[in-house]
Amino acid sequence: MTERLRVHVDPDKCQGHARCKALAPELFELDEYGNAHEAGDGTVPPGLEDKAWLAKSNCPEIAIDVIEE
Amino acid sequence: MSDVSQPVAHPPVTDWVNDFDHTDPQWTEDPFSIWEELRSASPVVHTKRFLGCYMPTTYEAVREIANDTEHFSSRRIIVRDIRPEVARNAAPPITSDPPVHKPAKQLLLPPFTPDAMKKLEPRMRAICNELIDGFIADGKVDAAARYAKYIPVQAIAHMLGIPESDSDLFINWIHMILELGIKDESKLLQAVQEMSAYFRTHIEERRSKPTDDLISYLMNARDKEGQPLEESHVLGSLRLLLIAGIDTTWSAIGSSLWHLARTPADRERLIAEPGLIPNAVEELLRAYSPVTMAREVVKETTISGCPVKAGNMVLLSFPAANRDPKMFPDADKVVIDRRENRHAAFGLGIHRCVGSNLARMEMQVALEEWLKRIPDFRLDPAGTVTWSQGTVRGPRQLPFLFGKAM
Repeated sequence: MTERLRVHVDPDKCQGHARCKALAPELFELDEYGNAHEAGDGTVPPGLEDKAWLAKSNCPEIAIDVIEE
Repeated sequence: MSDVSQPVAHPPVTDWVNDFDHTDPQWTEDPFSIWEELRSASPVVHTKRFLGCYMPTTYEAVREIANDTEHFSSRRIIVRDIRPEVARNAAPPITSDPPVHKPAKQLLLPPFTPDAMKKLEPRMRAICNELIDGFIADGKVDAAARYAKYIPVQAIAHMLGIPESDSDLFINWIHMILELGIKDESKLLQAVQEMSAYFRTHIEERRSKPTDDLISYLMNARDKEGQPLEESHVLGSLRLLLIAGIDTTWSAIGSSLWHLARTPADRERLIAEPGLIPNAVEELLRAYSPVTMAREVVKETTISGCPVKAGNMVLLSFPAANRDPKMFPDADKVVIDRRENRHAAFGLGIHRCVGSNLARMEMQVALEEWLKRIPDFRLDPAGTVTWSQGTVRGPRQLPFLFGKAM
């Protein structure tokens, strides 16, 4: 499989539940208010694909996109 | 004061779909089957009690309302028998609507981030162990009254910079506001006045001797014009932090221990795999969510196809949403390794609980330390488990025996 994943947090939807940071700390960062954004450009390193999907499916605000490139 | 009402006994409910009442003893004892009945009747039900109140019964309807600040106001957040005048700065930001909500919320967020909570964690572990030291030799305990209750009280007292030894004072105020206050306005007003006087004393002390705690933090906060907050705002937020931080997490820890006392398989698995505890905490939060909020309908609209009229309250039951089988397969089962869990225990939308990271840390630490030291425990058949009434649900008496059953 050559498919690459990228995660993105919609800042207008994120309310700072911080579930993504707990489940996939490599892929997300929190600002001083505890609101999340993707680490770097959101590229998911190989081996962390499951964590990307897990973060998406546990976000109560449906703020996370996992983009297949 | 003329709007002070006397407590009124509510007639027992015989028709849940058209006449629900979250203070009915049947609801307090077992709300789950009631929610199921209401959900199968309609996504939104109504009662004439409480001067008119809706309840969304599905996850989707709860989400719609939580995200709609145009039609639903947070100026009243407890469903009660009366609607007294709305106080300015009652408890910002939980009682605030846009646009004043955001700055009030942002002010409170930095002290409650996951990183800030990590710094508090060692103190929490020590508190849990001190509490366990106090009863482990007895072979039994009321885990609600002597363990679950004191963990959040001491945590928030520590953060606010007020004496942990005043715990029983705080617990009494909360009982007066969240339980007695539903039907007896005078109790609520008395508690609010006493709390404000208490915090005024602590504010005065800090004027000459500033401290490194949340009271000084709020006193030193500035709005975007560089002005200090009004005293009523500081007092309102302090009251909120004290009220919201205590019996909520007390309830969540108590319900979690209640579940584990009755479910040896889950207990054994968490002892064998402590790394699963954070996931189990999320599932216990879903299945036994303590907090029901409220909104007031300020403009007519439609929710999940149901018309909703202004002037009514809304009982915004995150606990009921979290039991919706359309959202959660096996919603009525506790699945401690559930992988997909968008539970709404801390609310949805702009009013997401400010203290959610604190509550999660307290629950994880409370369960970890308890299971390390008391791996086997069960409900005491000679005792009775009782549950709180109204807005926050959790065990208030939780008699346990330690050791394996004979």
